[in-house]
Amino acid sequence: MITISEIPKEEYLKPCTAACAGCSSSLCLRYVLKAAGPDTVLVIPACCTSVIQGMYPNTSFNVPVYNIAFAAAAACASGMSRAFRSEGKKTNVIVYAGDGGTVDIGIQALSGAFERGTDFLYICYDNEAYGNTGMQRSGSTPLGALTTTTPAGKTEYKKDLDRIVAAHNPPYMATASSAYPLDLYKKVKKALSIEGPKFIHIMAPCPPGWRYDSDRTIEIGKLAVKTGMWVLWEREHGNLTVSGPSKGAMARPQPIDEYIKAQGRFKAATPEIINELQQTVTKNLERIRKEAEGIC
Amino acid sequence: MLTIATGNKAVAAAVKEAKPSVVAAYPITPQTEIIEQIAQYVSSGEADMEYIPVESEHSAMAACIGAAVTGVRTFTATSSHGLLYMHEMLHWAAGARLPIVMANVNRALGPGWNTWAEHTDAFSQRDTGWLQVFVGTVQEAYDATLMAFRIAEDERVLLPVMVNLDGFSLSHIMQSLETVEVGDFIPPNRLPHAIDIENPMGYGPMTGPADYFRFRWDIERSMRDSRTVIQETEAAFAEQFGRKYGPTEDYRCEDADVVVVSMGTLGKEAEVAVDLLREEGVKAGSMRLRWFRPFPDLDLKGREVVVIDRDYSFGYGGVVAASIRAKTGVECYNVIAGLGGQEVTYDDIAGFVRERRIGEEHWFGVNE
Repeated sequence: MITISEIPKEEYLKPCTAACAGCSSSLCLRYVLKAAGPDTVLVIPACCTSVIQGMYPNTSFNVPVYNIAFAAAAACASGMSRAFRSEGKKTNVIVYAGDGGTVDIGIQALSGAFERGTDFLYICYDNEAYGNTGMQRSGSTPLGALTTTTPAGKTEYKKDLDRIVAAHNPPYMATASSAYPLDLYKKVKKALSIEGPKFIHIMAPCPPGWRYDSDRTIEIGKLAVKTGMWVLWEREHGNLTVSGPSKGAMARPQPIDEYIKAQGRFKAATPEIINELQQTVTKNLERIRKEAEGIC
Repeated sequence: MLTIATGNKAVAAAVKEAKPSVVAAYPITPQTEIIEQIAQYVSSGEADMEYIPVESEHSAMAACIGAAVTGVRTFTATSSHGLLYMHEMLHWAAGARLPIVMANVNRALGPGWNTWAEHTDAFSQRDTGWLQVFVGTVQEAYDATLMAFRIAEDERVLLPVMVNLDGFSLSHIMQSLETVEVGDFIPPNRLPHAIDIENPMGYGPMTGPADYFRFRWDIERSMRDSRTVIQETEAAFAEQFGRKYGPTEDYRCEDADVVVVSMGTLGKEAEVAVDLLREEGVKAGSMRLRWFRPFPDLDLKGREVVVIDRDYSFGYGGVVAASIRAKTGVECYNVIAGLGGQEVTYDDIAGFVRERRIGEEHWFGVNE
């Protein structure tokens, strides 16, 4: 188990970025870069991180950051990874993309890069909407959530990105949460030690988008894990292991009500919708439990 | 070495000789043979390059961009809808000042589905910041591809270059081809702004109006400088390999009263038409426009000009004729011909000259 004292002191995300107060994805990025170290290139499509990066000629990062068009991150990283290979370099190529650039506009490039076995790490930080442009719905927005383009609440379910990526059989994939940075750090370290396409899906609560006070970011993230709304696991060469923070929730998940009530984005959700969300969580936990036990 | 090859095989042979580190591409008719041949070179070990079989043209250009910014040489090829699918990334490549070389096999755009030659695909990318050259023979397809790498990578240019060849009428036609050993003609690629782990920078972040405006001006300044670089490169090529090229290929233009301006394979057809017209006592010449971006200075004053456009800008006119009118002030007889692979023979071209009506537009075979 990694302890906080083992985390490198070097900072690759500089202080005073343009991130919103309580931004969980920039917290995650800080740990991702600490885990990856200086021999790393970050590829980012249009997303909150491209704002957090700051305005030319400044940059918030102490590693090279390549900005690319929305749909192109995974393909760009694919070319970069092969170029480094042709030069005999071991440089980490990490895509750090939001849910919009991953589950929606960028999914073709993501699928292609994974199918080709690209040696890179793709990280999706999922704030369940298009945060950069002011919280419009994404394919990753959950049922019932208010966004600026679902003013009465989303009528569709969240796209199951993990099962889509899993269908590509990457050697390593994991989920993580901004509320558990040590778990994230450890997973990034492990991912980067493995050759081939790696994927980490981070739940990243967003105070303005989810409509909660910015000092509650970690609390909301933990509630997601404790209720089973978000499950932390790793899948190495197809074998799934539930990660420490989720073990309790797998056995005795808290009802989702507290998580739902803590956020303004669910204020229009009817008891029927909350019930549907609860049933989805229960089914998902059961599916993960069976997979972890090798039953399916 | 003297051989015979299709235009596509000639491009692939030039790419092998130029030794890019990364080729990312997606197949599309009639370009497919180029990347099949490159895949074959890589598979057989004849070429040492990373070949990335991407899932779309958008990704092909994105992968080239990702590779190029590390400082390695890159190539891709496409055509028609593939080029249009890349459109966003073409701006990105030029804006990031990456010397990517791409062959575009000119083809019509749907609907309806049409795989034959037309220049509208390339012209629809004219404002992306790419240099564009159009070739007329298999040999020229080879030579222009080699020169494209040297031009693109010159520090005075650092812009991507598109080598255009007509679909089927050049991509699939076999002609004689003399391949060369390129030696030091293409120096090693040294990208001054290549990604450097020791000196981390942000590439392409948010940029305010003042800096953005300056970057646009830098692109235009390099476009202007590229005229000199192109001239030097073509002169060096002529000296080293004996084949001369310029912004236009002029045929019997010196004393011509009437000049046919065209591009690609129609330009070679026009040369035969000129011979025919000369026999009839018409002092005709052919000017085949090779470079479309940067657009060359053309000396057409005092002559009657017949422009053949294998393209059209709806609601305005033929793109080449419009460009010539705007740049030279010379009026012309604008013939729209060859769209979607329509056959245009030297006899037809001679007919355009005989029946010229300066100041008018004529759609060949449609509004007779």
